[in-house]
Amino acid sequence: MTEYIPLSELPIGTVCKVVSVDVDNRELRRFSDLGIVEGTMMKSLMVSPLGDPVAYLIRGAVFAIRREDSSRITVERY
Amino acid sequence: MLFESDTLKQSKNLKKDREENEITVALLGNPNVGKSTLFNQLTGMKQHTGNWSGKTVEMAEGYCRYRDKKIRIIDLPGTYSLSPHSAEEAVTEEIISSGIADCTAIVCDAGCLERNLILVLQAMEMTDSVIVCLNLMDEAEKRGISIDTEKLGQLLGVPIVPMSAIKKKGVNEALKLFSERRGIKKRETLKDLALSIPQQAETIAKEVIKLPRESNDISGSSADRILCGKFTAFPIMLLLLAFIFWLTMVGANYPSALLSRLFLFIQNKLLLLMNSLGAPEWLCSLLVLGVWRTLSCVVAVMLPPMAIFFPLFTLLEDLGYLPRVAFNLDRCFKRCDACGKQALTMCMGFGCNAAGVVGCRIIDSKRERLIAMLTNVFVPCNGRFPTITALISVFIVSVGGLVGGILSALILALLILLGFLLTFIVSKLLSVTILRGEPSSFTLELPPYRRPQITKIILRSVIDRTFHVLMRAIVVAAPAGLVIWLLANLNIGDVTLLRYCTDLLDPFASVFGLDGVILLAFILALPANEIVIPIVLMSYSSSGILSDYSSLAELGQILRANGWTTLTAVCVILFMLCHFPCSTTLMTIKKESGKLSWALLAAIIPTAIGLLLCFIVSSVAKIF
Repeated sequence: MTEYIPLSELPIGTVCKVVSVDVDNRELRRFSDLGIVEGTMMKSLMVSPLGDPVAYLIRGAVFAIRREDSSRITVERY
Repeated sequence: MLFESDTLKQSKNLKKDREENEITVALLGNPNVGKSTLFNQLTGMKQHTGNWSGKTVEMAEGYCRYRDKKIRIIDLPGTYSLSPHSAEEAVTEEIISSGIADCTAIVCDAGCLERNLILVLQAMEMTDSVIVCLNLMDEAEKRGISIDTEKLGQLLGVPIVPMSAIKKKGVNEALKLFSERRGIKKRETLKDLALSIPQQAETIAKEVIKLPRESNDISGSSADRILCGKFTAFPIMLLLLAFIFWLTMVGANYPSALLSRLFLFIQNKLLLLMNSLGAPEWLCSLLVLGVWRTLSCVVAVMLPPMAIFFPLFTLLEDLGYLPRVAFNLDRCFKRCDACGKQALTMCMGFGCNAAGVVGCRIIDSKRERLIAMLTNVFVPCNGRFPTITALISVFIVSVGGLVGGILSALILALLILLGFLLTFIVSKLLSVTILRGEPSSFTLELPPYRRPQITKIILRSVIDRTFHVLMRAIVVAAPAGLVIWLLANLNIGDVTLLRYCTDLLDPFASVFGLDGVILLAFILALPANEIVIPIVLMSYSSSGILSDYSSLAELGQILRANGWTTLTAVCVILFMLCHFPCSTTLMTIKKESGKLSWALLAAIIPTAIGLLLCFIVSSVAKIF
């Protein structure tokens, strides 16, 4: 069963695949520069002690992304 | 980067002076891949390298030789992409695509090649001449990652140089390639235009990288669990901060006293020398007791704490801990529509606000950068710390010993927290008024923890940071010494100019629980906050020269004799925390923001808040 959720709701320690990135063009470019495009595999690693942002493993590097941004990325949970 | 040496040139004048037989190589790369390390290895020039995103924001260039060829290396700003988000990235794009550079060497982190490949592929769309320097090979190998460099070269159609810049491995091979200008793109193998660049990167990465089993290959993730853990992150952060302060304070005491004695010795010798040369007495006094004394006072107080604080700070930076601090605290800053990286510039502000302001370059959005610059002064710098701690232990904490020490530390911590609170409030106020706008999307890279290079840290932080901050301080302290001496030694009728001014300020100052002498001392100490107390002592004793105190008890006696109460001390401490930043910081803000008005605002905001706080405290105290 495939489950589509916003990236922000991905539980820590789980892996997902990006389905779509719903932001305007300029922002889209920012994400794709980090390697976040359709089909990218991501893993959520840890959440900041204050609950936001969350650190993700993206193509071998770790990036922290704020919830308001990650909520606009739809992913398929693995 | 916290310094501007003359070797750093803006891209504006990069095009000029190109010699025959000279090859220009542009170094490109993601932040934090060891690009600056390679640059240093190639050119032998010391340049700051740090373990956080976007460090090299100005272009640096240097020369090196290979056989008969002269090679010019331009160190481009670390960037994730070549789509111009910012001025720096636009310049980067121009240098690569317009042929200023004969060849673009892209430094990649072998440990996270896939993401680095995005930049490589982007660059290859812009220029034909690309060389890939696969750095941090040894680190990747340690993590069990193996890369088929030959195949990578075939797939990309460009030369690949595996290297470990820190260990100088592969640097010569790269140099040889540069000298041959061999970076010609012959890329036909993987030209699937249907695939986006990240997808192409993924395809290539799959072909050439062998990962160790199925593991989360993040080195130090267990360290992250503690350093960014829900319950451990903040206690560790506070303890670390406290430890650094303690080390800085305690460690600085002895060398400070030593320097003071040395400078006093030189002062006496200078006086003797000038007397023997037959210089008039007023000139001796002006130069030695005015200029030299102020200068030495500033250096003696400022140098030791900085020489301790900055290496410690650089150590944390190199370890990779500082990005974690930003990660931990980002939410607070987001609430104020500011950037989490502001936490880092604030940390730097503890050392020196001017350094903190320069550090704001790591913040991408201009709006958020200005917020960080304007609020940096709410973090008490090394120049203000000693005064604050001295006043706390003289006036507020009356018990001595261990209990007194802990109590003082607690009060100091509260004061710093007040500074943080003010930072957040002012950040929020700024972002709902003159600096309105959405917080820009925040992406912070958390690089793997790396073992710092201790000797380099010491060399770099002492030379780059300490030395530069100190030089700037000296430049402003010397003329200030002149002004202070003139004020203290020129008379209008019977009273000195200084007394005249303090009397004038007295009624105004008393509203805020201060007195004219204190207020004037703050104004005169504009070049360096360290000299507030020496100026105050000088004014009270009307000695005409800056006087230091030999013990805290003596300081307390003198101040109490001149009408200081605990209330005065509290107001002075509060005003010390929030008032206009020193002239060095103001000049830096003007330079970094490009506008005088921002620098003025940076002076007005904290002063207004400081006066308000003092007014409230003194009014409330007067009621009771």
